[in-house]
Amino acid sequence: MTSGRPQRERVILANRRGARVIRTRVEVQEQTRVGDALVRGLVRAQLGLALRLAAVAVCAVALIPLLLGLFPQIDDVQLVGIRLNWLILAVLAYPVLYGVGRLYVRLAEQGERDFVRVVDGDR
Amino acid sequence: MTGAPLTAAALLAAAVATIGIGFYGIRLSRTTSDFLVASRSIGPQWNAAAISGEYLSAASFLGVAGLIAKYGADALWYPVGFTAGYLGLLLFVAAPLRRSGAYTVPDFAEFRLGSARLRKVAMLVVVVICIFYLVPQYQGAGLALKTLLGLPVWLGPVTVGAIVVVNVVGGGMRSITFVQAFQYWLKLTAIAVPALALLVLFLGDATTLAGPLPPVVQQQTTVTVETDVVVQVAEPAGITVTGDVDGVQVEGEAFAAPGRYTLAHGTTLTLAAGSATPVVAGAPSSGDDWLASGHGLGGSHPLYQVISIIIATFLGTMGLPHVLVRFYTNPDGTAARRTALAVIALLSLFYLFPTLLGVFARQFVPQLLITGTADAAVLLLPSAAIGGGAGAVLAALVAAGAIAAFLATSSGLLVSIAGALSTDVLRGRVRDFRVAAVVGGTVPIPLALLASSLELSRSVGLVFAVAASTLCPLLVLGIWWRGLTSVGAACGLVVGGLASGAATTLAVVGGVDDRLLGGWPAVVVGYPAAVTVPLAFVTMMGASLLTAGSRPPEVARIFARMHVPEHLGMGVERLPRE
Repeated sequence: MTSGRPQRERVILANRRGARVIRTRVEVQEQTRVGDALVRGLVRAQLGLALRLAAVAVCAVALIPLLLGLFPQIDDVQLVGIRLNWLILAVLAYPVLYGVGRLYVRLAEQGERDFVRVVDGDR
Repeated sequence: MTGAPLTAAALLAAAVATIGIGFYGIRLSRTTSDFLVASRSIGPQWNAAAISGEYLSAASFLGVAGLIAKYGADALWYPVGFTAGYLGLLLFVAAPLRRSGAYTVPDFAEFRLGSARLRKVAMLVVVVICIFYLVPQYQGAGLALKTLLGLPVWLGPVTVGAIVVVNVVGGGMRSITFVQAFQYWLKLTAIAVPALALLVLFLGDATTLAGPLPPVVQQQTTVTVETDVVVQVAEPAGITVTGDVDGVQVEGEAFAAPGRYTLAHGTTLTLAAGSATPVVAGAPSSGDDWLASGHGLGGSHPLYQVISIIIATFLGTMGLPHVLVRFYTNPDGTAARRTALAVIALLSLFYLFPTLLGVFARQFVPQLLITGTADAAVLLLPSAAIGGGAGAVLAALVAAGAIAAFLATSSGLLVSIAGALSTDVLRGRVRDFRVAAVVGGTVPIPLALLASSLELSRSVGLVFAVAASTLCPLLVLGIWWRGLTSVGAACGLVVGGLASGAATTLAVVGGVDDRLLGGWPAVVVGYPAAVTVPLAFVTMMGASLLTAGSRPPEVARIFARMHVPEHLGMGVERLPRE
């Protein structure tokens, strides 16, 4: 923005934002076609997110018995005196579960905020 | 037993604290909503501590360490699965279930599918799961009082039953929220302090758990067999036996050679210091086998066992009524998610310690592996390994934690039974809730005394399999799939419930002969989830597709209510008809 010119302003006669909010809220509540489509989109997004993160967790965890079954020599690897299979299952599995959970909470809340913005916002 | 008065005092203190905190909550409990869902006012931090306190049952406090001591690496899947279950709950159930506004699982079924008949079926499933789950808690209480104080086995179930009935009758959900949150921290302290003390001792001890031999006893030990058992003797030197071996009476003789022997009730084994412990048949006997993954938990087809345990525990938590009911006490869906996440953190912290204790049990009290009663390991470890005054104090602390475990889980289960029975069979008043609590708390006592006890974690694992085959598909499909119908849901509940319930009953009664058809019937009965969970999902979806005409007409509005954030004004709180 150059300093010489005055900033452009949007001039409106009345704030229509409130009316618009109520209309979209009513559409969601009354299950009009628009409202239903919005809800379907939300459900699909949240389910997709949950399934993707579940797949990440399952792959991370289910790989362990498979790898241990295919390569039994992993059992003999030791770190700080503890065998790798014990280290993975007794210690490392837990932060992975928490991390996936935390990521989900962040993204799911983000998804809900986006939904609310679509419903409440007038853009 | 030295330190018995101290242990008794600790048990008493934990019980009195439980009742005392419960009474503090009673002053706050007035309405039906207080009794059922604590008026939906519990924030994530209190709620997560309460859920963890309620969830860490006898199976976690005693059973996990026992299984690890006995079976080694593959038993580590139980604590991982018990924790991962909350990830499943967080991803697929927590927020929509809370937003549904339901107050019990049967109420959710009616809300979603609009069928009073389905509600009754769901109520029946809830009551069966809770009673199946109460039985091992009561058995654990009997085992603990017998191990610690030498009291008769029936006293544990009766005492625990009486305390939880009093608490639940008094204050319902409001009251037990405080009790359970307190009990999480008590249990964590009671297991962490002895585990850390033993860790110091263990690190100073130069012996290794690896090697071709089973663990050795460190001083002369005498073990009496209380129920007939088959043991694997790897190294007969130093062991003398008196009693009935393979049907022959012997008097102070040694085993002739390494091999399997059947020891009858009443037989005594004397192990000289430094002799290798016989191990109950089916458990890995050499240290190397115990440390390696892939040996399963006794019986054949170890990979199937592990996969089935993973399925049961990952999905079973989603179907545990006493856990689900706590999610209804959150103020909103966002808080429900944060609660589930906090529970994962609290459980991750807790389960480090039973794992440590399981390892130490193999080192310090290997004689427990002979009789197979490894569930007592956590209780016996402190006095056996540390001894003296410090050992007695730690033993008393562990005892207090154990009693907290039985009380917390039992009260949660009882609230669920009472909530379901009082609103669906009786008329839903506070008085009905109390009547239902008395009935629900008493019925499992005779069952606990009659049923043969598997290891605690395995009995609880079977209950997880039942929950994963019934309520889990109902909730997951109900929340995410518009095509579910009430007929489909009922078919799935019945088929999944009968299949997993039959397997559980068979396993508890004694299981199936391992030699039949390559061991598959035995392993499927012992670990049913990998078969019954897909069966329940397929039945529920198939029957729903066949009855697609009867989809509830309101499904779009119901989905909006479950998934749209609360502040858009869609939420409606359901309450029982007064």
